[in-house]
Amino acid sequence: MAQTHSNDAFVAFERVQKSYDGETLVVKDLNLSLPKGEFLTMLGPSGSGKTTCLMMLAGFETATYGEIKLDGKPINNIPPHKRGIGMVFQNYALFPHMTVAENLAFPLEVRKLGKSEREAKVKRALDMVQMGAFGGRRPAQLSGGQQQRIALARALVFEPELVLMDEPLGALDKQLREHMQFEITRIAHDLGITTVYVTHDQTEALTMSDRVAVFNDGRIQQLAPPDELYEAPQNSFVAQFIGENNTLDGTVQEIRDGYAIVKLDSGETIDCKPVNVSKPGERTLVSIRPERVEIDKSRLHPDAHTLQAEVLEFVYMGDIFRTRLRVAGREDFVIKTRNAPDQRRLKPGEMIEIGWLADDCRALDA
Amino acid sequence: MADTTTDGPMLAADGTPLKQSLARALRRQKIRALMLTAPLLIFVLVSFIMPIGSMLMRSIQNTAGTEYVPDILPNVVAELEEWDPTTGELPSEAAFKAMIIDFQVAFENKQHTQLGRRFNYETPGMSSLFRKSGRKVSRMDVAEITDAKAALLDVDEDWGNLQYWATIKANSGYYTSSYYMAAFDAERTIEGVQMKDPDQRIYQKLMLRTLWLSGLITFCTLAIGYPVAWLLADLPLRTSNLLMILVLLPFWTSLLVRTSAWKILLQEQGVINDIWIALGFSDRLSLINNQLGVVIAMTHILLPFMILPLYSVMKTIPPSYLRAAKSLGATNTTAFLRVYFPQTTPGIGAGALLVFILAVGYFITPELVGGADGTFISNRIYFQFSTLGNWGLAAALGTIMLAVVLLLYYVYDKLVGIDNVKLG
Repeated sequence: MAQTHSNDAFVAFERVQKSYDGETLVVKDLNLSLPKGEFLTMLGPSGSGKTTCLMMLAGFETATYGEIKLDGKPINNIPPHKRGIGMVFQNYALFPHMTVAENLAFPLEVRKLGKSEREAKVKRALDMVQMGAFGGRRPAQLSGGQQQRIALARALVFEPELVLMDEPLGALDKQLREHMQFEITRIAHDLGITTVYVTHDQTEALTMSDRVAVFNDGRIQQLAPPDELYEAPQNSFVAQFIGENNTLDGTVQEIRDGYAIVKLDSGETIDCKPVNVSKPGERTLVSIRPERVEIDKSRLHPDAHTLQAEVLEFVYMGDIFRTRLRVAGREDFVIKTRNAPDQRRLKPGEMIEIGWLADDCRALDA
Repeated sequence: MADTTTDGPMLAADGTPLKQSLARALRRQKIRALMLTAPLLIFVLVSFIMPIGSMLMRSIQNTAGTEYVPDILPNVVAELEEWDPTTGELPSEAAFKAMIIDFQVAFENKQHTQLGRRFNYETPGMSSLFRKSGRKVSRMDVAEITDAKAALLDVDEDWGNLQYWATIKANSGYYTSSYYMAAFDAERTIEGVQMKDPDQRIYQKLMLRTLWLSGLITFCTLAIGYPVAWLLADLPLRTSNLLMILVLLPFWTSLLVRTSAWKILLQEQGVINDIWIALGFSDRLSLINNQLGVVIAMTHILLPFMILPLYSVMKTIPPSYLRAAKSLGATNTTAFLRVYFPQTTPGIGAGALLVFILAVGYFITPELVGGADGTFISNRIYFQFSTLGNWGLAAALGTIMLAVVLLLYYVYDKLVGIDNVKLG
């Protein structure tokens, strides 16, 4: 089945391994395929192997084992300049001794395009990133956001079918970063290009991608669309890496009707959805999102298990309230409630009862 | 804030002009900074600016020993003022008489040989004339002489040499251009200033040779140093440190030792020639005591001065530029030529300038391995003041060299822009 899948894949990693020193694997048995036009993000902490994967795809690193295919053809032995892959670098890598227009014309010149054709394409690319008036400037005369646009335009000007981006927004401030996230996805979708995007910023990954591959320890932990990744993490690493998350340690007591009853280490029992636990007696890490915790008992199922909690801290954040609780012996349990007119504003020291839908509470690997 | 919109200078809180009170606030800082740099300023003044100033002066001062020529021969200078050597006639009787008077004073002060040597720089033969005439002229009684011309010709018939008198007239001022004339291979004859015969124009030849060989050495250091600097900048720190030590090693050994080592390697019976013969070739190569030897030895000695500025520039070029170029479709060669190389030009500029200027003034190495056709202008300068004692000519040659280097620096600034040079 994996075979048929990779046949219609535009980019495919097949059992790829990478080691720099011959002792440890930076990338362990990577299998990944993406169809044409997809925006895929590789997300993970530093050292998780995501950038190495990108560099192997670009051709700057060679895979120690396995095969990387582009449009069905293996590219392991094709040098970077013949792969025709556009790339946006972390520090933009705009050539400082050339003007913006010369930077953009560079990939066209090495492809021996005529002067008029070159100029037309450069103009179109600059207009695409709304930088039409900046062709004569040097990169050093541009702001970070402007350099970022030029880097994007340069990676796209020779019309590659695949574009790689290595943390391109890392150096921008928050507001500009959010704007550029929107801009990059818009351009990528308008042009219908396939994009592989590397970042360690989960918000970026969630807002921009069609699918996200979460990397850790040289492996893909989960490959899923953003909503699935957030709402249905497959293991505790993904649950903790993506978004804010509360965890409770416990042991599975029984599994019944598709639900698990977990006895927490502090003695209480709760209902959970078993994700990667299968039998009673197994250790588990229970994960629940702060905004799925209910403090109004009337809105819970009458049989639902509830926990006693003591309010430790109440933070007013404008649109939401963030409350830290002591629950089941842990002091880092956080809940988020919407700032609505009828919403309760908890006070430190107050004792409350909390609960949740069993579907929102996921029993993961310990 | 109505007062900020009024005309006139901005005022500080106490009503004094803002500029004035700012200057007062900064004065202490400025004085402290000046005090800290004072030792260096004094050192530079004493060891650099004053010697150069003195050199510039020496190249135009017309002195014999420590005194100016017109002060030693005041009467002669006055009498020769009216005389025109192009008429082909000897100076007047009064001039001969003045010469006897001035010569006796000069003999008294033991200056006549120095005077002779001074004129001998211009016209060979005058040194011996002055030396030989010394005692005889000093015994004359000026009051009794009726025909001074005959008396002098009686002492030595060379006193009738028109060229000698012309030389004395030409060098009768406090300042002279004759050193510069000699440095440009020109000479003053009775007919006026002329260039020497082409085969006697040694300074021109030496100057051009010095510039040409320095240029060649600069090119060789660049050709050899560029890849090394690139490797140094590209390698991981631990390896590059080791390599850097190897590059710097020549810095820590004496220049003389290094040059002598090259002598051992390159000489006719030396290591390289022995290997050459052992390989089956029959003719020994002449690798030393010629221009080739100078180029080899100086390229080696000056190599670090090229590598270090190159390295410091290359270190600042992130590898992502080359990667970006390749991802955009450039081959390795194109990526290097269009993206990497242009960014290293500040380093090339700095290294080339440094090596060239050092090479132009180099002395020991050409002296030891240069032989006859590999000597530089600096060797000739040294010869002029140490062997011939002709400080004026040595100073003139030095000044010309300084001017040439400054001119090259200016041209370089116009072409490359000195702001683009990065020394580290």
